[in-house]
Amino acid sequence: MSGAAISTKPAAGAKVVVEPAGPKPRKLTITRIGVYAFLVISAIYFLLPLWVMLVTSFKTMPEIREGYLFNWPREFTFEPWIKAWATACTGRDCNGISPGFWNSVKITVPGVIVSITIAAINGYTLSYWKFRGSEIFFGILMFGAFVPYQVVIYPLIIFMREMGLFATLPGIIIVHTIFGMPILTLLFRNFFASLPEELFKAARIDGAGYWQIFFRIMLPMSVPIAIVAVILQVTGIWNDFLFGTVFAGRENMPMTVQLNNIVTTTTGTREYNVNMAATILAAAVPLAVYFISGKWFVRGIAAGAVKG
Amino acid sequence: MEHSVSVKDLSLNFGAVNVLQSMNLDIAPGEFLVLLGPSGCGKSTLLNCIAGLLDVSDGQIFISGKNVTWEEPKDRGIGMVFQSYALYPQMSVRKNLSFGLQVAGFKKEEIDKRIARASEMLQIEPLLDRKPANLSGGQRQRVAIGRALVRDVDVFLFDEPLSNLDAKLRSDLRVEIKRLHQRLKNTMIYVTHDQIEAMTLADRIAIMKSGVIQQLDAPNVIYNKPVNLFVAGFIGSPSMNFINGRFENGTVTLGGHNFDVSRYEFETGQGGTAQDVILGVRPEHVVIGPGVESQPCQFEAEIEIVEPMGAETVAWTKLAGETFTLRTNSETAPQTGQKIRIGFDPIRSSIFDAQSGTRI
Repeated sequence: MSGAAISTKPAAGAKVVVEPAGPKPRKLTITRIGVYAFLVISAIYFLLPLWVMLVTSFKTMPEIREGYLFNWPREFTFEPWIKAWATACTGRDCNGISPGFWNSVKITVPGVIVSITIAAINGYTLSYWKFRGSEIFFGILMFGAFVPYQVVIYPLIIFMREMGLFATLPGIIIVHTIFGMPILTLLFRNFFASLPEELFKAARIDGAGYWQIFFRIMLPMSVPIAIVAVILQVTGIWNDFLFGTVFAGRENMPMTVQLNNIVTTTTGTREYNVNMAATILAAAVPLAVYFISGKWFVRGIAAGAVKG
Repeated sequence: MEHSVSVKDLSLNFGAVNVLQSMNLDIAPGEFLVLLGPSGCGKSTLLNCIAGLLDVSDGQIFISGKNVTWEEPKDRGIGMVFQSYALYPQMSVRKNLSFGLQVAGFKKEEIDKRIARASEMLQIEPLLDRKPANLSGGQRQRVAIGRALVRDVDVFLFDEPLSNLDAKLRSDLRVEIKRLHQRLKNTMIYVTHDQIEAMTLADRIAIMKSGVIQQLDAPNVIYNKPVNLFVAGFIGSPSMNFINGRFENGTVTLGGHNFDVSRYEFETGQGGTAQDVILGVRPEHVVIGPGVESQPCQFEAEIEIVEPMGAETVAWTKLAGETFTLRTNSETAPQTGQKIRIGFDPIRSSIFDAQSGTRI
């Protein structure tokens, strides 16, 4: 009979009740769609300037003058990139931004190595070899993290001049080392403080001394935090403008300073495509560092840094 | 020979806090001494002082007859095992064992020989090329013991070595440490808060409280004749029952009853003058059932809680207003709510002065 067939079907509008078992099914709710939409829109909003920079850098000047900011370039040209790298004028010199790139490398590489080495030793000493006043010493060092740079620039210039280091490569490296010290020391100190103290005791029973414990036990263990420190310092020193302008001297002007000189040159036409290409070139290194090591960076910040 | 380890008038202050107070301790060669006490009693601090990891405020430390008070840890002739194992995580087991010897400048053949001997003794040969991260807790602690072993020293220091392990492994490794001690016959100083470890391992136990040794004696003496209320309450689980009473002319009055205690072994003569006392009775010395009639002290009691533990059962009741536990064979255990007659013999109990808490 037809009645029997109907009764096996669920009544219209009644929900099929499923006994919960296994993983809970994921449902796409309205809220969730809203959240995703917000995230996508935010991402587009923040990526838009980069998009404009990229397409503009590949356009010719006549096309830029048409004013279609977001359009894909009609005539694709690498000319602005070559000019930005090799022949754009920064003041009187017309060698592009490439000398600045190499200057930045010359400042960043030793700056990173020196500051991280000293900070690691500082953190190690402040964690394990506490001396009379070491807490106060650390407190003063931390205070340094909150002093505005501008306050100390003038005394520092005089100090550097008296030491004969003003406007030299070692001078700018020392400046970066000094200003990186509070935050890097905090990073390493907190990391070493999180290691079990018994490890240090065991090494002392084994007869290892100050340097042996540092190089053979502690340093191999501090790779994760060292990576975080490298990221912080590479991006920090590379992106620095203020110290570069003041302390590096004409011969060692870093990329950021030369970029500024290119972009703000007021003679002739403003070559937006060249400016964009030069800016992307200058930002390429910290961007690459973030992309390659983003995971480590977040981990390190969560591991103990309070100030990024 | 004289003492293996000797501590003379040792004091240690952290600022205004006295962690150790003019402590004296002599340990015979080959002795297994356990420092036992609640957390914060200074037992680990004492061990760290002996190891040379903490500078002492006052006093002297001698190891094998040599004054080592100002010596570096490595020059004291000690090996140490820590609670958290403290293995070097980036080194293989072999490297962990050889690190100290390399630092000390030993030749490769000698290092290999010692590692072979230690790893054979602890059965860690198959693990030598692994990293500590790939070892279980028990294996890690064996390696940590091995690291002390290869140093070939006279004195071993253990700082709560089994506290991070689960119950099964703990009892296995406990036996192994005892076996190791019997084989090596080194002096061992062992810090723990676990009284089972202390009772099973020690030749002598030092019970500490607030930086002072309360009692230093063989485990059975500490268990049966605790010198004061603290020691009596600390050793034993479930802990000793304490009943307030009054002592006068060879009798103790408890909850209205008088009991003859003249056969009790008093520390000083016949127990001195009349005074308020606290009677301590071990739960396993309480008798119920058929044997109760022969006990000098007898009470009626109602069972409140019963805790079956397999081999034995602990029953909770009240006596003269105080909580009173008794331990009995599981087959003859009473039921909750049951009214039974309980008895004990004061000769097996401990009597303490109620004012000072010391044994009389």
